[in-house]
Amino acid sequence: MLIDKSQLKIFVLRLADDALVIAHRLSEWCSHGPSLEEDLALTNVALDYMGRARMFYGYAAEIAGDGSTEDTYAYDRDCRDFTNLLIHELPRGDFAFTMARQYLVDEFNLAYMELLQQSKDPTLAAIATKANKEGLYHLRRSRKWLLRLGDGTAESHNRLQQAMEDIWGYTTELFEMDELEQAIVEAGIGVNAIHLHPQWKQRVTATLTEATITVPSSDWAVTGGRKGIHTEALGHILSDMQFLQRAYPGQQW
Amino acid sequence: MSEEEILFQQRIDAELKVEPKDWMPEKYRQNLIRQISQHAHSEVIGMQPEGNWITRAPTLHRKSILLAKIQDEGGHGLYLYSAAETLGISREELVQALHSGAAKYASIFNYPALTWADMGAIGWLVDGAAIVNQISLQRTSYGPYARSMVRICKEESFHQRQGYHIMMVLMQGSQEQQAMAQDALDRFWWPSLMMFGPHDAESANSTQSMKWKIKRKSNDELRQKFIDQSVKQAEVIGLKIPDPALKWNKAREHYDFGKIDWDEFARVIKGDGPCNRQRLQHHIRTHNEGAWVRDAVAAYEAKHKKQPTRAA
Repeated sequence: MLIDKSQLKIFVLRLADDALVIAHRLSEWCSHGPSLEEDLALTNVALDYMGRARMFYGYAAEIAGDGSTEDTYAYDRDCRDFTNLLIHELPRGDFAFTMARQYLVDEFNLAYMELLQQSKDPTLAAIATKANKEGLYHLRRSRKWLLRLGDGTAESHNRLQQAMEDIWGYTTELFEMDELEQAIVEAGIGVNAIHLHPQWKQRVTATLTEATITVPSSDWAVTGGRKGIHTEALGHILSDMQFLQRAYPGQQW
Repeated sequence: MSEEEILFQQRIDAELKVEPKDWMPEKYRQNLIRQISQHAHSEVIGMQPEGNWITRAPTLHRKSILLAKIQDEGGHGLYLYSAAETLGISREELVQALHSGAAKYASIFNYPALTWADMGAIGWLVDGAAIVNQISLQRTSYGPYARSMVRICKEESFHQRQGYHIMMVLMQGSQEQQAMAQDALDRFWWPSLMMFGPHDAESANSTQSMKWKIKRKSNDELRQKFIDQSVKQAEVIGLKIPDPALKWNKAREHYDFGKIDWDEFARVIKGDGPCNRQRLQHHIRTHNEGAWVRDAVAAYEAKHKKQPTRAA
């Protein structure tokens, strides 16, 4: 089955938006880390995601072939045009919230990028290979933090448990597929996220158990990111991020 | 002078490096702790004005560069804290001295980063001034400090170039962008000159530091070098240095320059800079907010009986 360019572009932008928005949240930790070492580690992960976003946006621009650039997508679109999954845009919260989110996303991304390496689209396969290498390191780090926080002090345990409860309902969306993504999978280009769920759940359960954290119940789920229905937090990300491009349109920087 | 002190000075005079386990006069140790920790704190506090622009950087490319640059600054803070720790003081003590006001950081970071052009001015001028000083410190007499300077200088020269490049692109842009760049230079020029410290005649710590070769060049020599290089850089991209007295002096083969407002310097150090309170409170707040994380690491490691990794 073939897909057309506009479908491919929409798909690539989804992956780009996911990476940019979480990079933004991680970058907010700069000079706010609980230790200098951790400050550097958080910005390092932010940089990896920023790099990933730029590769995906660059590819979307190439597919579009209309003179757009990576910055067109990051800076010239409004809230409803962004199609990142909601989990990435949630405010950074405390360190427990940031690491809980990061761990859940890292487990998902590593599995996703591993399969995306086999994409028939060589550009996506190449980006996935790079992302997969970084992802191994990200996951090792975030998993270790879950163990430390979960099995550290009563306070760190409670904070992490609370963070998990607050995030859990946003993980459902990671495994949703719409018609477009189905077509992309059938064309041998994308990844069927539904298939990733059993292994993800198993790995996350194992980590949380080791961290003495109770796996939250899956009795709530918020979705809508792929349709541009966001939390109110995204608009504020964009008003920060796009300020200069909006205030001084059309300039070089 | 005791025999130990005489031998120590002979080693210094012979350009031999002092290493952590060597005997050293207590004042040499204290002087170095003061200088290295001030340098480390400056790197770390300096992350704040730039960190303030990460989420607002105008392109993804600039954003990535800025993130990487600030990360380098934090890394410099880390090597410098480690270098200070070789003198028998802990990171926790160094941080406490910053929080109590006993230790200082570069006063330039008490000025606000108001516009994107300030990212250019800070890289070009503030990092530029720092490099001029740090190049001379590659030859400082204390080994761990000298070696950390070698690595830091390499990264700082990239920082200076990225800052200058921001200014250059702004000067090639719209009138508003050009005005933004000129305004940043106007605000950061004089404070950058003050970074080199008081004139040699008034510098309290200088004489002994020169004798011990902790300092290798005087404040005025370094300041002159910085001015000479910056004037040309400004001219090339069409920026005007905000000093009507600036003039090439053929006889000296240096630029003459106007009077530095040392009253302002004293005011800002004393606490009347636009951001003194915010900078310090930000650091204290972040440190306190991170306490439960550091406690968790310690508790986890105690439970699992592993070698402690440091998260001070």
